[in-house]
Amino acid sequence: MGIRERLSGNEAVAVAMRQINPDVVAAFPITPSTEIPQYFSTFVANGQVDTEFVAVESEHSAMSACIGAEAAGARAMTATSANGLSLMWEMIYIASSLRLPIVLNLVNRAVSGPLNIHNDHSDAMGVRDAGWIMLFSENNQEAYDNTLMAHRIAENPNVKLPLMICQDGFITSHSIENIELLEDDKVKEFVGEYKPEHYLLNQKEPIAVGPLDLQSYLFEHKAQQAEAMKNAKQVIKEVSEDFEKLTGRKYEFFEEYKLDDAEMAIVCMNSTAGTTKAVVDKLREQGVKAGLLKVRMYRPFPAEEIANSLSNLKAVAVLDKADSLNAAGGALFEDVVSGMYVNNKNVPVVNYVYGIGGRDTKETDIEEVYSDLSKIVETGKAENPYRYLGLRKGEK
Amino acid sequence: MIDNNTKMEDMTPGGDIYEAGNAREFKTGDWRSLCPKWIEEKCTQCGLCFPVCPDDSIPVGEDQKRKDFNYDYCKGCGVCAKVCPFGAIEMKEEGKE
Repeated sequence: MGIRERLSGNEAVAVAMRQINPDVVAAFPITPSTEIPQYFSTFVANGQVDTEFVAVESEHSAMSACIGAEAAGARAMTATSANGLSLMWEMIYIASSLRLPIVLNLVNRAVSGPLNIHNDHSDAMGVRDAGWIMLFSENNQEAYDNTLMAHRIAENPNVKLPLMICQDGFITSHSIENIELLEDDKVKEFVGEYKPEHYLLNQKEPIAVGPLDLQSYLFEHKAQQAEAMKNAKQVIKEVSEDFEKLTGRKYEFFEEYKLDDAEMAIVCMNSTAGTTKAVVDKLREQGVKAGLLKVRMYRPFPAEEIANSLSNLKAVAVLDKADSLNAAGGALFEDVVSGMYVNNKNVPVVNYVYGIGGRDTKETDIEEVYSDLSKIVETGKAENPYRYLGLRKGEK
Repeated sequence: MIDNNTKMEDMTPGGDIYEAGNAREFKTGDWRSLCPKWIEEKCTQCGLCFPVCPDDSIPVGEDQKRKDFNYDYCKGCGVCAKVCPFGAIEMKEEGKE
């Protein structure tokens, strides 16, 4: 039995980082993730960890310092949000292409502009093709648990990819909830030591990291990254199963909530899944066969598994908390729909862009989606697949 | 060593190179469009050319005398020809004698 506590999402992540006790944390404060390095720096000051805390002057430097540390053979972590991640952009790709298993906590926030500090997923969606493993977290407990699993996944020799854990800015990062923590020694044992095979500070084997990689080689190195991303699926499965043995908390690629006998379902990520569960429960009491598929593992994307899971439904709504502004639908929608198409699963699917810039998404909003879906179930037709939820708009 | 025929499975993750001093394996001479020619009869071994070479393309022997160019790395920048007071280095178009 673990330790019962009540912590905000940011505190929960900071506690996980204390228990992991990484060699290096390099971070720059940005709302709403600021508290993570803030709490962590107090752990450093109090001597509760022996981490080298690097108070860098920008997020570009934060990721650069993590890259240097990780290449040297150390375990490095950081945290950021929105425009902080944007400033890391160049180094985000360097981290994944150099195959450095850095762990980043991304507290999701709208990427400006116009200036906004509240939650949506535009920051995460901006790096969805950058070669990072991306795990999404519904609540504080999941943000904590995903952080504890992160290194075992990222550092696996068949993977060697950086990993980011996402949670919703303010909605979970600043909400205090009950949480069950693992004991420090159990975390230490579960996470284990980082022992890279090749690293810069190995004086017995001088190596070169990040050499020139022109036409003859980059293609193959990118394909290696893609291969590692495929391998990550099995590793995530195994680590999650080990974690379940330790804690009793079960994590899969995605969570199926009352989906078995459902006629219609919502697909979404992070905290909206919690709101959706409450609505599903209500609708179930009324005899409505509503379900939820909550994506935990967004990269690698479990396309075939999701397609199979949704295949028996009569209507599906994919909720995107970021607008791809491409006149063709949000990122999660495109991923789900292409997964269904190539796996020959033909179910009417519609897309809702919602919650942009922290726009509140209430139970009534989710009820509206299920109400729309029930019409699709009746008619079998999904007209106007690109929709908004909670947008103020005139009739014309 | 990898080359144009190496399969992705045989390449290291991220292109890491597990040995030091490997820059010499990367022959950059084929970037050259102009080529320096050493005219040995005019050379007085004054020693002005080899320190200005931005690479290491003018080998100097144990006898402290320069030898002919190492074209594996010479990119044809022409600095050596510019500093030679005796006209002992001439720049020619690459591929033509």
